[in-house]
Parts: sequence; C-alpha cells; structure tokens
Amino acid sequence: MRLYAVVAAGGFRRYATYRTATAAGVFTNTVFGFIVAYAYTALWDQRPNLGGYDLSQALTYVWLGQALLMTCAMMGGGFEDEVMERIRSGDVAIDLYRPADLQLWWLAGDLGRAAFHLVGRGIVPMALGALAFDLALPGNPLTWLAFLLSVFLGVVVSFSVRFLVALSAFWLMDGAGVGQITFLVGLFFSGMLLPLTLFPGLLGEIARVLPWSSLLQVPADVFLGRHTGWGLLGAFAFQAGWALALLALGRLVQSVATRRVVVQGG
Amino acid sequence: MAPSAETATGEWSRSLLWEGLRAYGLIVAMWVRSTMTYRASFAMTVFGNFAATAFDFVAILLMFSHVDQLGGYSLPEVAFLYGAAGAAFGLADLCLGSMDRLGRRVRDGTLDTLLVRPVPVLAQVAADRFALRRLGRITQGLLVLGYALTALDIAWTPLKVAMIPMMLLSGATIFAAVFVAGAAFQFWAQDAAEVQNSFTYGGTTLLQYPPTVFAKDLVRGVTFVVPLAFVNWLPALYVMGREDPLGLPDWVAFLPPLVAVGCCVLAGMAWRVGLRAYRSTGS
Repeated sequence: MRLYAVVAAGGFRRYATYRTATAAGVFTNTVFGFIVAYAYTALWDQRPNLGGYDLSQALTYVWLGQALLMTCAMMGGGFEDEVMERIRSGDVAIDLYRPADLQLWWLAGDLGRAAFHLVGRGIVPMALGALAFDLALPGNPLTWLAFLLSVFLGVVVSFSVRFLVALSAFWLMDGAGVGQITFLVGLFFSGMLLPLTLFPGLLGEIARVLPWSSLLQVPADVFLGRHTGWGLLGAFAFQAGWALALLALGRLVQSVATRRVVVQGG
Repeated sequence: MAPSAETATGEWSRSLLWEGLRAYGLIVAMWVRSTMTYRASFAMTVFGNFAATAFDFVAILLMFSHVDQLGGYSLPEVAFLYGAAGAAFGLADLCLGSMDRLGRRVRDGTLDTLLVRPVPVLAQVAADRFALRRLGRITQGLLVLGYALTALDIAWTPLKVAMIPMMLLSGATIFAAVFVAGAAFQFWAQDAAEVQNSFTYGGTTLLQYPPTVFAKDLVRGVTFVVPLAFVNWLPALYVMGREDPLGLPDWVAFLPPLVAVGCCVLAGMAWRVGLRAYRSTGS
C-alpha cells in the first residue's frame, strides 16, 4: 500500500513539474470554456430549460467540462501511450518482473496525475468562468464532497478503459488507432460535446448507461444537485459498478496478455 | 544559424525557398512511407481523424434537433461556416500540424540536431512526423461544406463561386501563419504548446459558430487582433448575403488573401527572431 502511495505522489509531482505547460493548459481550457459558453447561451436563449438545465446550470456544466477534461483524461493522455511504448519495445518485461502489480502500479500513478490536474487545471478555469458568467455553484459543502467522490470514481473508470486500450498493444503492437477511436467515442459519450440529457431517444438512453457518462455527466449532475438521497447513492453505485467491472476485465486481459510475453535476451 | 537577410541576394533566397520546399517534400515522403508500415493502424487513425471532427458536427446536429436557429443562423448556414473553417484548418494542420512538437524538441535538446543539418530548420520542423491521417479532417470539412452548398439557397455569381476556393486557401494560410507564430513562441515558452492550441483548435471551434453568438469584443478581437474572422466569417457572410455584426463594409470579404500574406510575413519574422534567440539546453 505504501508503495502505491509513493507512486501516486510521483504521478502528482511529475505533472506538477511543468508549470508553463500547466499555465498554458489553463489558458486553453479558459478559451474553450468561453467559446462553448457563448454557444450554449445562444442555445438556451431559444430553449430555456433544455435537457432539464436552466441557463446558469448549463453554463456551470460547460465549465465543469473544462475543469474535468484533463482530470478524467477525456481526450486520453497520461500513462497509456507509455505502456504501449513499453510493450512495443519489450520493456514491459521489466515491469512484470517488479514486485508490484502492473495494473495497480499504473492506477496509482494515474490517480496522482488526476489529482494534480484537478488542482492545477480545474480550479482556475472554473474560477474564471464563475467571474465571467453566472454559475450555479452548490452552497452545501456536502455536495462538494459528493462531487469529489464522483470525480474520483470517474477517474477510476477512465483509467480502467485506458488500461484496456494500452493492453491492446500486446496484440496490435501499435495501439494508436484503437486508442484514438476509443477516446473519440469516449469524448462524445462522456457528455463533453453536449450534455447527455440532450441526446434524443434511444441514443440518449444508451449514452447514459455507457461507462463514459461517469467521466463528466454523472459528476456534473452531482455538482448541480440533481442526484440526492438514494439517487445519489445510485449514481455512485453506477460509477463504482463500471469501475469494478472494467478493472476486473483489465485484470483478465492482463493475465492473458502476460502469457504472450516472450522475453528476448540481449 | 541561417545567414541573415541582409547578406542574401534575391537569387540566393529563392534557392533557399526551393531548398526548403524540396527538403520538406523529402521528409514528408519519408514519414508517409513509415506510416504505411502499419497499414491497419493508419486506416484506423485516418478514420479516427475523420470521426474526431465528425463528432463535433454531430453535436451541432443534436443542438439543431432542439432549435431551428442558432444565433439567428439556420443549420445549412452554420454548416457552411463549419465546413469552411474545418477544411481550411485541416489543410493547414496537414501541412504544419507537427509544429507544436517544437517545444518538446527545445526541451529535450533534439532541436540541435536539426540546426546542424544543411536544410532550413522551418522545413524540418514542419515536416517532422508528417501525419497523412490528417486527411480525415479535411475530408470531413469538405463533406460538411458540400452539404451546406447544396442545402443553401444562394444567388450564385462568378465572384461568389470564386470566393469558395479563395476562402479555403487564404484560411489555410492564415492558420499556417498561426502555427508558425505559435511555434516561434515556444522558443521562449518551451512547454506551452497548448497556448498555440487555443488559437488553432480554439479558433476553428469559434469559427464553426455564427459570429452573432459571441460578445462583440470577442468578434472584434478575432477580426482585428488575431485575424481569424478572415478565415471564413467575413467571406462566408458575403456569399450568404449576411450582415457582419461589426457592420464592416462588403469589400472586407475580399481581403483574406492580403491578410493571409501579411500574417505569413509577421509569422516568418517571429520565427527568425525566435530561432536567433534559441539557446540550447545543452542536454
């Protein structure tokens, strides 16, 4: 356990090193936040209460999306490219040799990364958004806590999907294509492009039960106070269920994959 | 270091341009061949590149499933703006999209390798890891533009027809200048590639929506400061016979080629200054 805490702290520190990059990222998130916020304003102007959100809730949703984009790695990012590179080069053999579990090792590092991005790239754009627009920020501290728990579960779901993508390199050698397609589908179904409550009919129903809704839609609804009481527990259970199922699948694939590893000497 | 402009005769700089383009072509050809090694992966990434942009158009379609107009613009009109911005950006991204790797090269010291080669550095950086998969983005932009042109009811004149290719080429050139200027900025900033993304990816996202959606000051900013409005807004509004929200006269719709050349000159100067200011990290 202590080992993984150290790995997580390492993940945090690693991303914290690049301060200019973080500042540049905050700038980008803010620019995109403004563009999308204006587009949503035009949309909600015509249809107030679209998707069950009023204008200030919709704008809050926009800025939450910018704040969580990196935290939940909605566009991919972080460890999976590295794992794929290590699989291709054969360095993964060294990782398997270590007295640490492959999946937990990378999960710990990714949690550290997510924690940094939440602090480094989440807070400032959100604050700037709140200055420029009228946002619906929760007054109850418990709602903030529930939101943090929901974000944590979202990060674990995001990790477990990306872990599966990384492992695909054992079969494909170059997993870039699979990775890209997964992330695009994920970006769309996380609710980043448009809240999933606006998706019509069957598409909407499917989108809301896919794992990616844990990345933004669910945490945003928790933040906006749309899940309360048993509904809140249900939201957590939904996220935790996907997290456990995908982690278990990752574990299974990992054990199949590692049997394929042929260690070449030299 | 590249010799200074003062010592260069006209003939010499022409041959330098020729050398640069030739080197660019050779490096591009090399990366294309290397990409083709993993054909399945290439096919998937082209599709992915296509889908990446397709999804944000799907988001716009979903918006229009709830409303008839966005900022007073109909779906075909928004599609026109979207397709023009997407295709122009896609073209610039195909040719120069790898420029944002410059910061990484400055950081890890591999830029030094490029400096000692007898080939213009700009050509080497521009062609670095040339990604043919970006054809996917251009295709998607052109398809949406094609849809818009058939769906829109435009009183076509020869001038308006000529506006379409002019808009795409000038737009791509303006974006290309932004790419080069952004890369030049990284000689100092080193790991601020994302600032560049705000102007390139952020710029296309902005231009996909009608200018009426945004606050006037924002529209002024992208007209007079970073002249992104010349990529598609101003020429497209002319073709569609729409008023510019800033009330600019009609003839500004014909300025994109001039603006594009001006942007290139400024970006070229920024690049020169940046390259001269470069100090290797020594690693």
